[in-house]
Amino acid sequence: MCTVCGCGEGETKIEGHEHDHNHHHHHDGHGEHGHTHDYGQGPAHAHAPGLSQSRMVQIEQDILSKNNQYAGANRRYFEQLGILALNLVSSPGSGKTTLLTRTISDLMANYAISVIEGDQQTANDAQRIRATGANALQINTGKGCHLDGHMVGHALETLKPEQGSLLFIENVGNLVCPAAFDLGEAHKVAILSVTEGEDKPVKYPDMFHAADLMLLNKIDLLPHLDFDVERCIDYAQRINPRIKVLQVSATTGEGMEAWYQWIVASRQMALAGNPAVPA
Amino acid sequence: MHELSVCQAMLAQVEAIAKREQASRVERIVVRIGPLSGVVPELLRQAFTIARAGSVAAEAELDTELQQVRIRCRQCGAECAASSNRMICCECGDFRTQLISGDELLLASVELIRE
Repeated sequence: MCTVCGCGEGETKIEGHEHDHNHHHHHDGHGEHGHTHDYGQGPAHAHAPGLSQSRMVQIEQDILSKNNQYAGANRRYFEQLGILALNLVSSPGSGKTTLLTRTISDLMANYAISVIEGDQQTANDAQRIRATGANALQINTGKGCHLDGHMVGHALETLKPEQGSLLFIENVGNLVCPAAFDLGEAHKVAILSVTEGEDKPVKYPDMFHAADLMLLNKIDLLPHLDFDVERCIDYAQRINPRIKVLQVSATTGEGMEAWYQWIVASRQMALAGNPAVPA
Repeated sequence: MHELSVCQAMLAQVEAIAKREQASRVERIVVRIGPLSGVVPELLRQAFTIARAGSVAAEAELDTELQQVRIRCRQCGAECAASSNRMICCECGDFRTQLISGDELLLASVELIRE
């Protein structure tokens, strides 16, 4: 039984977490502050038997507040342990896993690294990550199109990332749905490969709005493509003036140093005020 | 695609409110959706027709109120409406703007019936 909530997750399968998960979710709705306004003018107002009474309840509550509570719990966990958690989002085929395996190989001498892999099916990506020597856990979302705060919370129970470590969460390849679900990460990192259209940021604004960093991947292929880098960056900034853009190639290693510097700087920010963990 | 899970989250909240208010059914649910929330109103309404089955809101209508993207310019201070893929100041044209609203996904109100 799950220790976080004692409830199931439908089709989701988390490696090493395979117990009966078929029962339905029932969470108590807390956090809402409703104000009720009786609409029952006329006869119904008098609570007459047999007559129905209608009223409007004003709520103004975030629909994803439950997810946000799980995400908040994850975030507190990361803060306590001084873990830098990054949520990597992209279309399928942007080179996320290749980028991640290279990043792990280059950084693992200095940092403990663990990875949560989200895919609809197969544990192929977690196996690719484990081949680098990093600790990895696969979550299969089944028909689900994104990871959510609850799944990540469960994955953390099994994965148990070390104090002061780096945690990469590779979301399901999808530029739409993962934008709406906070996992408790410090930053969303959107990966866009130059083999995709340069106008992806304006086609999928929600995701590029939610990301703090855009990695423009596969830049070694630029000579063969008609991809306008400046234009792509301009599009991304139209959606999100805060977004930082780094150009990288996970294959040749070009630009990867700047990505590593960004990770190290973000980790220092995450560790600020956490004297328990050496920077 | 994730509209169904959004619907389920919304219905869990609605069920809790209906129970607390001792309502026998829900007549109407009003949600407020920002263009940057990642949710498409049309898809949410479609998902709702599936998700509501067997719930206290099985016969309820879903009203989706689309909100506007509004931004404030960090350079000139102007506030204006913007489109979700072009958040540029309408006064000075600068791209350094701040989102004021447009990424919300709110359960605004529910109409309850007590019989």
